[in-house]
Amino acid sequence: MSQPESALAEAQGGGRAPESLAALAERHGLRRAIARPSMPAYLRQLWDRRHFILTYATSRNVSKYSESMLGQLWQVLTPLLNAAVYWLMFGVILGQSKKIENYPAFLITGVMVFTFTQRTVISGAKSISSNLSLIRALHFPRAALPLAYVIQELQQLGYSMVVLVLLVLVTGEPVSWLWLLIPVVLLMQLVFNIGTGMFMARLGAFMRDMNQLLPFITRTWLYASGVFYAIDDRTKDLPDFLRWALEFNPAAAYIEFMRDLLIYQRFPERWAWVTCIFWAVFALIVGFWYFWRAEERYGRG
Amino acid sequence: MAELTKELSQVAPQTSETQNHETQNPKAGTPTVIVDDLHIVYKVYGSASDAEKGNAASALMRMLRRQGRPQMKEVHAVKGVSFVAHHGDAIGIIGRNGSGKSTLLRAIAGLLPPHKGAVYTNGQPSLLGVNAALMKELTGERNIILGCYAMGMTPSEVREKYDEIVDFSGIGDFVQFPMSTYSSGMGARLRFAISSAKTHDVLLIDEALATGDREFKKKSQQRIKQMRDAAGTVFLVAHNLDVIEETCNRVIWLHKGKIRMEGDPQEVLEAYNKA
Repeated sequence: MSQPESALAEAQGGGRAPESLAALAERHGLRRAIARPSMPAYLRQLWDRRHFILTYATSRNVSKYSESMLGQLWQVLTPLLNAAVYWLMFGVILGQSKKIENYPAFLITGVMVFTFTQRTVISGAKSISSNLSLIRALHFPRAALPLAYVIQELQQLGYSMVVLVLLVLVTGEPVSWLWLLIPVVLLMQLVFNIGTGMFMARLGAFMRDMNQLLPFITRTWLYASGVFYAIDDRTKDLPDFLRWALEFNPAAAYIEFMRDLLIYQRFPERWAWVTCIFWAVFALIVGFWYFWRAEERYGRG
Repeated sequence: MAELTKELSQVAPQTSETQNHETQNPKAGTPTVIVDDLHIVYKVYGSASDAEKGNAASALMRMLRRQGRPQMKEVHAVKGVSFVAHHGDAIGIIGRNGSGKSTLLRAIAGLLPPHKGAVYTNGQPSLLGVNAALMKELTGERNIILGCYAMGMTPSEVREKYDEIVDFSGIGDFVQFPMSTYSSGMGARLRFAISSAKTHDVLLIDEALATGDREFKKKSQQRIKQMRDAAGTVFLVAHNLDVIEETCNRVIWLHKGKIRMEGDPQEVLEAYNKA
């Protein structure tokens, strides 16, 4: 802060000698416009913007389907059609269904859980790069954008989960008290997705070719995550570390956890809990930190 | 700081270097925005010349030779601009297309990082431009709420301002329809109504008055005057020189990223019209 003497001097010196603008700014307590806030301040700003995040996510979901005739119905139709295509492909044509009991439920659980993460990764990568005009026009913590995209996917997941539970019931699985744990695994996956979405948002903002590359990466991930096959069955003859690596894959862990609850009616083993929690915490911390580090550079183009 | 400025204005209220301050605001005359030798450089993708466009094979060759993407160009939009803006100023920024006016505004708002030099501000200058947050498929109603939240309002503020925004925009029942059904004038009115609903310390306006009928133009000029009284400092970029002459007390003429002339609106505008 400035001293009264210098302020007085300035006030009295009508046609005073030129002084540096930086000094003038300092005397009046003006600060540089661009600076990255500290992490606690950043979190507080983000919390203040919670209404924007929610409204933005909802608005995007509403406007997404406003052009189509069936409108919001697509939120249910899309996951259903996806499951139907995969069931036709892997269940009927490739004949997986003989090896795994209740294959339709097995498959659709995998597809829906994986789709949640896959879509957050893809949309998270676009969350900054496709909102440059917004970033260049308004002030807000940039993390609001990837967060809104994850929330948007969460809203869509709500519809998918209803479809999933109904289909599991239709295929003859009984209702179980373990279903009460479904929100818990979804929460762990959500936290994992938030972290991953933030990480991808920064990658996508500065590596413009990421969006072209991502479909291949996520498809490889899909095939490695045991959506269509049982990992332990397929890796019987392979070395242990390979099987371990496949099961440590976060997507596979969340899928297996959900299958345990929905189909097999068994309490997930301890390693499943450890893997799911580990990935959620790890992704959140790394993703958030990585995103925040570049806060002031988003939108520079 | 507040104490200091009060003291300052008691000691020598007339010695501030800015012109006409008839306002009784005790803060009048203290600097609010200082731009110090500001340079802005940004990168542009695309728009390759014909010779550079090439096919996949030549792209591969470039990669092998470790050359960058030829389509990426650097634009030096603002080249060493300095000025001091004070409380109570309404500063018009004029210049041809591509002279760096909008870039300068964005830099003052802290949305574009300076390549060299600095912008010093007190608090957060806000750009009057909520357009980017709105979605044309949504109803005016939803867009008002979305826009208000995007500017950082709280739910109670949004409820409070909602009717005022609808009234001011004058779109009436159209608020229930998607914005894609609006005429361009209606859209512009709604956008201006939303973005001017918030009070700001330092306000940056980019061509907000370009559209709308005469009645709305008058209304929005009124609103800018109000905001100027409340805000302290207003920056206005417009191609419409009448608006600048009527609202501003100072004009900066940008030419190819540099200040060509600065000062009293009449003098600068006269020179600008001759050029």
